Amino acid sequence: MEIVNEILDREQKKAEKYKPIIVDKHLEVEFDIGTLLAYDSNDLDTKLLNSNTDEYLQSLARDNTQLLLNKVWELPTERIEEAIVVRLPPPTTVLPRAKPVPKPRPLTKWEEFAKAKGINKKKKDKLQWDEQLQKWVPLFGFKKAAAEKEKNWLIEVPQNVDPMTDMYEKKASEKSEKVAKNELQRLKNIARARKVKIPRVGLPVTSDKASANQLATAATVAKASTASLGKFQDKLPKEKEARGKGVHELIPGKERKRKAPIPTPQAEKEHNLNVLDNILNKRPKIDMDKAVARHINTEQIQ
Amino acid sequence: MAVIQRIKKPTTRKGKKALLAKEPKPIEGPKQCLFMQGRNPSERTRKLLKDIYNLKKPDAAYLSRKNDFVPFEDASLIEKLCNKKDAAIFGVGSHSKKRPHNIIFGRTFNYGILDMIELGADKYKAMSEFQNVKVLAGIKPCLLFNGPAWDLNQDLKRLKCLFTDYFHREKVETIRLQGLEHVLSFTATDSGEIYFRSYRILLKKSGQRTPRIELEEIGPSIDFKLRRTKLASDDLYKEACKIPRELKPIKKKNISRDAFGSKMGRIHMGKQDINRLQTRKMKGLKKTPEERKQMLMNKKKAKKAAKAAQINDVA
Repeated sequence: MEIVNEILDREQKKAEKYKPIIVDKHLEVEFDIGTLLAYDSNDLDTKLLNSNTDEYLQSLARDNTQLLLNKVWELPTERIEEAIVVRLPPPTTVLPRAKPVPKPRPLTKWEEFAKAKGINKKKKDKLQWDEQLQKWVPLFGFKKAAAEKEKNWLIEVPQNVDPMTDMYEKKASEKSEKVAKNELQRLKNIARARKVKIPRVGLPVTSDKASANQLATAATVAKASTASLGKFQDKLPKEKEARGKGVHELIPGKERKRKAPIPTPQAEKEHNLNVLDNILNKRPKIDMDKAVARHINTEQIQ
Repeated sequence: MAVIQRIKKPTTRKGKKALLAKEPKPIEGPKQCLFMQGRNPSERTRKLLKDIYNLKKPDAAYLSRKNDFVPFEDASLIEKLCNKKDAAIFGVGSHSKKRPHNIIFGRTFNYGILDMIELGADKYKAMSEFQNVKVLAGIKPCLLFNGPAWDLNQDLKRLKCLFTDYFHREKVETIRLQGLEHVLSFTATDSGEIYFRSYRILLKKSGQRTPRIELEEIGPSIDFKLRRTKLASDDLYKEACKIPRELKPIKKKNISRDAFGSKMGRIHMGKQDINRLQTRKMKGLKKTPEERKQMLMNKKKAKKAAKAAQINDVA
């Protein structure tokens, strides 16, 4: 019995040496260990707060910190580079973001089409073997222009072209046109993605001399470009409205035909196979009366 | 992504990179903070903001120039500066007879004001007035909110979230136990007073694994009084709190647990093919030799007919 008392005494003395780590609270303190946050919804002691503010606040903070850190110390520990760390659970407080959640980039017209058709982008090699130069030439970018220059030290003028044309100039203008077209398409894609209405493009200027068809179209468009859509415009005696592919769409006020949606690969395949079947299974139609008549006719001639 | 959606393309690679860095991302880093001066800032507000700036330091910028503006009337300057510095939280200090020692804390969403809360600094003791060892810069503090008022008052509720946003620093997965050495305590009373205190944690031996905590005040110590507020509408706030799809936990379907904690799964079977079902073999159901012969003949006939049809087609 004595030994037991002695041990108990010793333990008690040991315990007295240290201050307790247990804190009693009326209401449970809420924790968000992920953000190291504690929310103590217990009522404050107004008397103490007013008379002895700083000390009261410090004791309150100490108790709550003790509770919070007790929770943290319960978490499983790890050793990372000589330091003891604890793995925190994900935070439960939801904080607003600084910027909205990113939306996926809207597809361009080509990308939409390729997706519908199941066309995959093929990866091209960055370098290509040039037979003429006998060396590897990059597909684009650095050293491509120099290689092109070396290759095209002389350009033949084709027979169907005016012999006095400058082929270099022609090539350069073609290239700049391509760049401009690309830029236009980029802008159109942006406008489509932002749902901005862009004005319809008028007649394309392809050469300095417009064709009769183009002129007719231009006249028709110009006539219909009034506030009343050309309803009260006079007509010339033998005037005809321009017709043709794509003309209808250019004239203001005309109802536009809706384009059929891009068919799925399966639907398209089925359609094509049907056409093929129709052609292969074609049988000549036999008009019995006509055949008999012809037969009789040939016999009579004989 | 918006870089590509811009009408004007960035001309340099560096410019493109800068624009890309500004783009919204699914996982955001710590919010940058801006501290600025309003009309006639007092010495106290200047010092106070500087102290908070010191607490927030790696993710903050302190703009010392005076700006002639009133955030509650026209916050366009804040929005502009936040856009320029790519910041999402701000603090403005000003001083007037009507609102002495005025501090405005707020945050933005998509470079527009989300919420602003005005506080008056009634009492203030600077960090430098506490003569003791301070905590390391850039450390993640523990946040304590005391008092039932934090949940009862709608403004204080938002202020609690704002303070958390201000001081929580960054979402971390692991934390060093010895690195827990800073506590920020916010105590709110029902009358709208907010006591801001900052302590250093001293870990003492307790005879157990968990240490005994002692605190030492390191400042700043501020007694705030709640003034005007401008809170975000519920719609905007909800949009700002949206969690991107990448971060949402993927739900596993058809798995449940019963009261005893054992895992239950529901399996969906496809439609059963009855024709291929292996039934019991019986002598009575067997085909007689005649029947089998008939079947073979039928098969042959069908084959022949098919072949003839094919030849006809070709011819």
